[in-house]
This record gives sequence, structure tokens and C-alpha cells, in this order.
Amino acid sequence: MGRKLLLEHINVPGINTLEVYRQKGGYRAVEKALKTLTPDEVVEEVKKSGLRGRGGAGFPTGMKWSFLAKPEGVARYLVCNADESEPGTFKDRYLMTHIPHALIEGMIVASFALGAKTSYIYVRGEMMPQIRILEKAIAEAKAAGWLGKNILGTGYDLELYVQPGGGAYICGEETALLESLEGKRGNPRIKPPFPAIAGLYGCPTVVNNVESIAAVVPIINDGGDEYAKVGIGRSTGTKLISASGNLVKPGVYEIELGLPVEEFIYSDEYCGGIANGKRLKATVAGGSSVPILPANLTLKYANGEPRLMSYESLSEGGFATGTMLGSGGFIAFDEDQCIVRNTWNFARFYHHESCGQCSPCREGTGWLEKVLHRLEYGHGKMSDIDLLVDVSKKIEGNTICPLGDAAAWPVASAIRHFRDEFEWHVKEPVKSLSSNYGIANYAVPIEKKVEEVKQDNS
Amino acid sequence: MLKVEETQPVEFSSALVEKFDEIVSRYPAGKQKSALLPILHLVQAELGWTSPLAMDKVAEYLNIEPIEVYEVASFYSMYFLQPKGKYVLEVCRTGPCCLVGAEKIMDHIEHKLGVKEGEVTADGLFSWRGVECLAACGYAPVLQIGPDYTFYENLTEQSVDTLIDNLKNKQDLRQ
Repeated sequence: MGRKLLLEHINVPGINTLEVYRQKGGYRAVEKALKTLTPDEVVEEVKKSGLRGRGGAGFPTGMKWSFLAKPEGVARYLVCNADESEPGTFKDRYLMTHIPHALIEGMIVASFALGAKTSYIYVRGEMMPQIRILEKAIAEAKAAGWLGKNILGTGYDLELYVQPGGGAYICGEETALLESLEGKRGNPRIKPPFPAIAGLYGCPTVVNNVESIAAVVPIINDGGDEYAKVGIGRSTGTKLISASGNLVKPGVYEIELGLPVEEFIYSDEYCGGIANGKRLKATVAGGSSVPILPANLTLKYANGEPRLMSYESLSEGGFATGTMLGSGGFIAFDEDQCIVRNTWNFARFYHHESCGQCSPCREGTGWLEKVLHRLEYGHGKMSDIDLLVDVSKKIEGNTICPLGDAAAWPVASAIRHFRDEFEWHVKEPVKSLSSNYGIANYAVPIEKKVEEVKQDNS
Repeated sequence: MLKVEETQPVEFSSALVEKFDEIVSRYPAGKQKSALLPILHLVQAELGWTSPLAMDKVAEYLNIEPIEVYEVASFYSMYFLQPKGKYVLEVCRTGPCCLVGAEKIMDHIEHKLGVKEGEVTADGLFSWRGVECLAACGYAPVLQIGPDYTFYENLTEQSVDTLIDNLKNKQDLRQ
């Protein structure tokens, strides 16, 4: 069993209440931070922990905190990003539903470290049940003196509010989230200035993902150095992985970073293998935005070494043969799934969710959707495949926010690894409507493939 | 696109305005516009949609221009700019849900209710639509029903039938 730092007590009955959460050692981190540490010392512990942003970008949290400007007489804000919308990701919902006080405790410690007197948890609007859970938990914490004026007699004041979104993927981008919190359309802002200088209401602001904030609790309890001992290399600590798709046991798993991908998919402790006795065809390892990989490259690098669940290992090989850990949204595709159809589905998603601000994304995502739709429905031309590559290249890197990249990468990677399947849709338009291309050689070990190629050449 | 429909004049009850006031108190003075999204949710829960007249009232309450409300209500996917059925079944149609049968579920709902996506059943009770990822991929296929956004997970054709029949038999679920 791997170590559990966030979900250790998840199965304890009543852990969603303050009473039981306290019995299991909850709010120790608040006591320790407010009574024995200075704000800068809290930031230092988080820096030492090596914690990287759990929302998808993987930027070191402690470093993000240390960038926060602290001009005299200007309010500072901490905003928690609970706008969980990346397809394949549902870990924050799970955490907020079952152990809401872990987020609230982390918010108090992080707000103290940053000198914020008012903090907001921006939850996607569809999660009304979770909003009510958090509001109830905040009321409990406030009644018990963990929030409000003069917390624990230390003179530190903090008010914490939950803000619902309105239904927009783009609000997971931190500056779009801040616009939304100000009551506007979620259009990402041009950076610089970064939120650390001018964020909410033009004031210095830190925006952190739910899981990043919750991870501050074990970091303060055990110390940043202890946290950094868990995991592998620069991927320290544990990560919540949302597993979905054709798996025996989809769900949220807390893993120690560095777990072999093969073990995660096939061991009974985690996903228990592919559902219905099928074979694995492909995976999207970190939420829909990251490159899709065929089964063989999911489990192993191109050189045959086993791939691990960590920031570095998943991106080994760059985009040619690797992917990214992203938000930890792990989607598994079995041998019956159609890559073209899924790529079209994701393209439609990004087209729908593009805020429309930047032309390459607004127009390009529409092109991707339409061209993929005609390929999927038997009206495609061979030149469409290169057209998709061309359009995706013209979106990537040419937009204010990363949604453009997120829309381009899945398409580019699907064609990179599954081009034969796209070509089959063009060559066999009728057949492709009623049957699937199947697993082809996507599951064949890489070494064997290389040997075959050698034989062909000889 | 904002298509203006004839609507009854809108008056917010004092209980609702009290809730608005509490929400506004969460933000610094002068930043009351931050309350716009939460207030629109409350209005929709009350009226079933965000009607143009209701949006004008919200603008008046927040002391902002009506266009500032329209542009927000039309940007976000949760606000209904047209009247809908009493129960709007919102089925997730994004990748992971489709891997385990969301499209079949949508076809089934269309057949069962006898209306196309976005339309309202003759009795005014039901609408349905596909929505993008609801962040519940591990429990797919899923649907949600506002205004409480209750979740229904691991859907099958049978469980959808049961759900719809239960809603028909329990018409004042909203109260």
C-alpha cells in the first residue's frame, strides 16, 4: 500500500463533520502554523516540500506563493480553484464531497501564509451539492473559532466564502476565474501582470487548485522535508488520480508519485485492469488536454523501460513518445474504442468551451471539430488529416491562454500515433461507420515493433 | 443569442432580496458585481430561467448596466435564456462518459421523452440536453438536474426510465 496523505481517513464514518475530522487530527496544521510559525516560515515549508500545482500545470506552489507582491495597505487574496472541468478529472469533487475540512484547513493555513484576510473557493456552478457541503463545513469551522476574528487568539482574522461559477471550462484558467469572480465573462487576461501582482480586484492574488491547498495540511503537520521524501525525484508527495474509461474499478486513487503505470492500471489495489476482459488500446494520462498515447507507449518508454506515474516520467520522450501528468485525469480506452470519434468528441468540447477572445482558438477549434466530424462520419478526404495537423499547429502557442494548446495537442497526438486509423476512416467510409478499427498494433511491445521494422528493411 | 420573449413582470420577494444582500456582503465595498453569478443562480432556481425582465431587475439591484448581466448570462452554460421544462436532464456527453455509453443514454432519453435536445415536453415537465464534462467521469454515464443539481450516476436505460417515471409521479419535487 502506498502512503496516503490526503485520503488516509476518507473511509472513516462522519469524516465530513468537524467533530470526526478533529478526532482524526484535523486542524493541527492551523494550530501549528498560527501559533508557532511565521507566514514566511509556512511558505518556506511549502517550498521545501517541492509541492507542484495539482491543477495541471505543475508549477511549484511555494515558488508561486513567494512571488506574491506585498505592498503596504493593499489587500491580498487567496482564491481556491475548484472549477474542476478538465475531462477525465473528478478528484476535487471527491475530496470536497467526502473530506471538506481538509480543504478548509488548507485554506486557513495558506491564507495565513499569504496574509490574506478574505479568501474565496471558486467552485464550478454544477457542483451545487459540493457548494452546500463546503458552506456547511465553513459554518462549522467558524462556530468553532477556526475562522472569523482573532483565530485561536493569535490576532489573525480570516473570512472564507464559496463562490459558484456559471458553467464554463475556461474559468479553470486562473485569470478567467478571477474575471468570473468579479462578475464578468470568463475571458482570460493578458499576462503580465500576473495575479501575484494584480489579481482579484487588481490586488495581489494567489490562485491554487483544491488538491494543492489540501496538500499544505500534511506539509505543515509533518514538515516540508518529510513530504519531499514521498514520491520520486522532483515529483514529490502523493497525487490524486481520477481514473475513468474502460477500467474494472474507475474512481479516485491517491498514489505516491513514481508508481509504475502498469501497476496502476492492472493491480487490484488500483484500477484492476481493463473492463470486460478487453485489452488496453490507448490512454490519456492527465486529462483530455494532454497527448493521447497508444497502450505500448503508455506502459513503457520507446526504449522499453517502464513508465511511471510522475511529472517527469510521463513526459519522457517529449511529445514524440510521451505525454504529461497534467491534472491526473487518467482515461483508459479499450480495444473497441474509436480514436477518431474520441478525438472529434474532445475537439467539440474545446470548440464549445473556447471563450472566443483569440481568433486562432475561436476559429481553429471550430475547424478541428468540423473536419474531425466529417472524417468520423465517412465524408473525409486524405488531405483532411494533414489539414488537422496544420490547423492544430496554427492554434498552438498563438493564444492568450493555454486552452488553444489544450485543443491542439489531443488532435496532433492522435494523428501522430494513430494515423493509420484516420486513414482507414477515409479509405473505408462505410465500414468505419458500422465497425471499429480495433487495437491494430498499438498494444504490441515497442521492441517487437522495432524488430519488425528492421526485418521489413532487410 | 438573446431572444427576448414576453414575460410576466418580475418582482423579487423580500426573502430573495435578503439572500442577495448576504451574497453582496461577501465582497469589498463597491465590488457588488461579484455577486452576479450567484444571484443569477438564485433567480433561475426561483423562475426556472433567467428571463430578460429578471436580468434587468438584477442589473437594477446590483447598480450595473443590463448589458453587463446579459453578457454574463449568455456566456455561461448554466443560465437558461429560454423557458425550459420543470426538470432539465443534463447528460454529460464528453469523452470519458461516451466511452461507457453516454450517447446511448441520450438517444434513450430522446426516445422516452419524445422531444429533441433543448425542446420541452408538451406537459411542460421535461427538457434534456447534452452538456460538457461534469467532472464525474469515474461514475459515468452521469446526468444532473437543476436547480439543486442532483447527480445521477452509472446510468443505464432502466435507471433513466425509473428516474423519469419517479419525477412524473412526484411533480412538486422542487418545493
